[in-house]
Amino acid sequence: MDNFDYTTFLREKKFPLIWCAGCGHGIIMKAILRAVGRVGWDQNDTVMVSGIGCSSRMPGYVDMNTLHTTHGRAIPFATGVKMANPDLHVIVITGDGDATAIGGNHFIHAARRNIDLTVVLLNNTIYGMTGGQVSPTTPRGKKASTASFGNVEAPFNISGLAQAAGASFVARGTAYGAVQLSKYIEKGLLKKGLSVIEAMSPCPTVFGRRNKMKSPVEMYDELRDQSVPVKKAATMSEVELEDKIVTGVLTDVDKPEYTAEYAKLIAKLGGSA
Amino acid sequence: MSKTKDNEAPPVIEINAEWCKGCSICIEYCPQDVLALENGIAVVVNLDDCNRCQLCDYRCPDYAITVK
Ligand SMILES: Cc1ncc(C[n+]2csc(CCOP(=O)(O)OP(=O)(O)O)c2C)c(N)n1
Ligand code: SF4
Repeated sequence: MDNFDYTTFLREKKFPLIWCAGCGHGIIMKAILRAVGRVGWDQNDTVMVSGIGCSSRMPGYVDMNTLHTTHGRAIPFATGVKMANPDLHVIVITGDGDATAIGGNHFIHAARRNIDLTVVLLNNTIYGMTGGQVSPTTPRGKKASTASFGNVEAPFNISGLAQAAGASFVARGTAYGAVQLSKYIEKGLLKKGLSVIEAMSPCPTVFGRRNKMKSPVEMYDELRDQSVPVKKAATMSEVELEDKIVTGVLTDVDKPEYTAEYAKLIAKLGGSA
Repeated sequence: MSKTKDNEAPPVIEINAEWCKGCSICIEYCPQDVLALENGIAVVVNLDDCNRCQLCDYRCPDYAITVK
């Protein structure tokens, strides 16, 4: 049992939430708030930055320093905040469309630089806010407003992308497994370097309905049934893992972090930040 | 049988009917079948069996249920 009172981090005047009934985004927000509570960060030293999308509405509800920016550009704004004041804790909230379509380059270069941000990427495999267009993570065969007969494209493996691009911490969790997800986020918050936590989030309204999942609960059941812990996944074949969601900490390594390297360079040149 | 030990106060479950959207996640995944849907809103029907695991709170997308 977790006794942290996450309501201290809410702007309750803005409630009820704009998200649809059963949308995973609210569950993931709570997993983040509980994680911030456990690491004990002061809300005045913490910044939440988002782009555009249903997921990116999150900072509006959170009582921290918050920035709701432009589509795909949460990471550049967050980079600016962190560079200007490296002592701040910076959390980026983004969607699969926001981070891997329009913002794809910012995402991979933040991982390559390994800048100390915690990116929580709410992956609902669709553009929720604009009515259900295909996103870079829509699974093959699934229907979308721009794929009435089923998507023919291959989806990105977002965590794999972050790992390959150089992020020092990568984990995947789900809104169904909210307790575990919160633990992965906590580890990501504490990591020096870029942390990416890919959080699978059901979108019952524009993804579920179009793909014959009649209720939110059906979508959460599917997440539960698809989830495979990373240790078990190591014993399974690629074919067995095809429709599965591998959960857990996928990468956790120590490597040079961007703002620290930058500070070292300034010091070497005799300047002050 | 009640899950509450003799020396312990019984759990208090609060539901905010203004915020609940009736998604039924809390009801479906409560391991003790404590909750049910009534007129589209979650309600407590079996408080005695609550073991305070807080899974309903963890999974409520709308901040509409707390367990103390
Ligand atoms: C420059 C620009 N292009 C397009 C849009 C329209 N737009 C708003 S949200 C969105 C997609 C959001 O999808 P995702 O990031 O996956 O978030 P979700 O809504 O699914 O949580 C798009 C294309 C925009 N706001 N700005
Ligand atoms: S459209 Fe989808 S992603 Fe957006 S709030 Fe509704 S359920 Fe959530």
